[in-house]
Amino acid sequence: MILKINDLSVRLGGSHILQGVAFDVAETGVTALLGRNGVGKTTTLRAVLGEVPATGEVLFDGRPALGRATHRLVRDGLGYVPEDRCVFAGLTVAENLRLAVRVPSPDFDLVFDLFPELRQRAGQRAGTLSGGQQQMVAIARVLLNPNRLLLVDEPTKGLAPAVVTAVAAVLERVATRVPILLVEQNLAVVRRLATDAVVLEAGRTAWRGRAADLLSDADATRSLLGVGTTAGRH
Amino acid sequence: MSTVVLLALTGLGLAALYFLIASGLSLVFGLAGVLNFAHGLFLSVGAYAAWTVSESWGLAPAVLLGIAVAAATGALVELVLIRPLYTRHTEQVLVTVGLSLAGVALLQSVWGADARVFPRPAWASSVVSIAGAQVPADRFLLIGAAVLVLLGLLAFLRFTRYGLVIRAGVENRDMVSALGIDVRNAFTLVFTIGGALAGLAGILAGMYFSSISPGQGASLLIFAFIVVVIGGLGSVTGAFAAAVAVGLLQQFVNYYGTAGAGDVSVVALLAAVLLLRPAGLAGKAAPA
Repeated sequence: MILKINDLSVRLGGSHILQGVAFDVAETGVTALLGRNGVGKTTTLRAVLGEVPATGEVLFDGRPALGRATHRLVRDGLGYVPEDRCVFAGLTVAENLRLAVRVPSPDFDLVFDLFPELRQRAGQRAGTLSGGQQQMVAIARVLLNPNRLLLVDEPTKGLAPAVVTAVAAVLERVATRVPILLVEQNLAVVRRLATDAVVLEAGRTAWRGRAADLLSDADATRSLLGVGTTAGRH
Repeated sequence: MSTVVLLALTGLGLAALYFLIASGLSLVFGLAGVLNFAHGLFLSVGAYAAWTVSESWGLAPAVLLGIAVAAATGALVELVLIRPLYTRHTEQVLVTVGLSLAGVALLQSVWGADARVFPRPAWASSVVSIAGAQVPADRFLLIGAAVLVLLGLLAFLRFTRYGLVIRAGVENRDMVSALGIDVRNAFTLVFTIGGALAGLAGILAGMYFSSISPGQGASLLIFAFIVVVIGGLGSVTGAFAAAVAVGLLQQFVNYYGTAGAGDVSVVALLAAVLLLRPAGLAGKAAPA
């Protein structure tokens, strides 16, 4: 397992957001982290990354992660694509990518193979890009460097259907190189990408197992995710 | 006409001082989120360090020493006092306010409370005739220094790796860390740059006012804070534009209005900017 989470708890501003989350992420493929809005999915990613104070146990690549600085975890191969992209709006596309480089030989070939548009828009300010183009920049930033695990938070949120399909295709290709812990609301994307799934409910792990098993169980998806499985079939 | 030229150039000289203080202050707040009330101390430390050795070393080496001492003070304050408090904003403010007050007291205990006559290059004591106005040459020294600093800062921010980190960090420092960059090094760097620029400002203020005093940094800092807010937090060009507006407004209103009206007009300008454009002239919009 590339990531092992046990009894992860986070308190923020008097709220007990995570209350003993526990699950593992396999060394290959995509593990989907699912749940209704506000159950703690993004907080789980941020806790693993060291962006919020947390207790419990998180082992990344066999080493304790809690208490370590975010930049050190990232340098050890924990790539992060945040919710809402978080590109640097005042910087150009080229500057956003250059900032992310942390190895002597960044993989620009892969990035421009996946996102040829970024080469053409290198001099454009990232703040003027569309949501889909910003998502390309956000994913490209992590792909420039070798990673042991990617944390990808709602990569299709707010994107047009055609762009959602394109982003899913990219992640599918990326997942052949590096495991992904994916927070995603779009069950069609989950169905396409995920091998394993974890469902959070009220800050706790409510379900974990094969993604296909979850998505084929109409009662489970309705009770855990609040949607019917047919909603994800398109 | 000659009065207008004299007022304009004097106002621009004052604007240059405000910019030199405000640019470092703005970068420190924009990147590190630190409201540094001790920034005026860097100014005074630089000025007193230069004054102390100016007679024996000569003015040029004294200026370099003053800038270096102020830069080192900025770095030291960040490493020792600010770094442990990055997540504790109230304590941060208390520490910088306390340091500012203690610093002034320390300067007074070492050099006394009285103002000290500050040396200046011989040519800076002359006057230059422009459109009938007799303009003291030191105004051009201040304006030239500010323009050079502006160009240098813009080049640094645009063409260097650390400049890129600082520009990105002003937007979202958590995301900079999430790209594997130790943003704390950039914090130390902006404190060092801010200290150096404040030290230069302290030395030039000494030449502009012909003297230095322990409280000079604190009194200039008030207007520098106003410049930072008007210009937009974290923006060097915004600070430059705001400094020019504040310096000119202050000079013209002080001359054509009643005594002290210049300061009031600057506060009125601040209020107007906060009402009409809360993020400042060049600041990023507040998140929705």
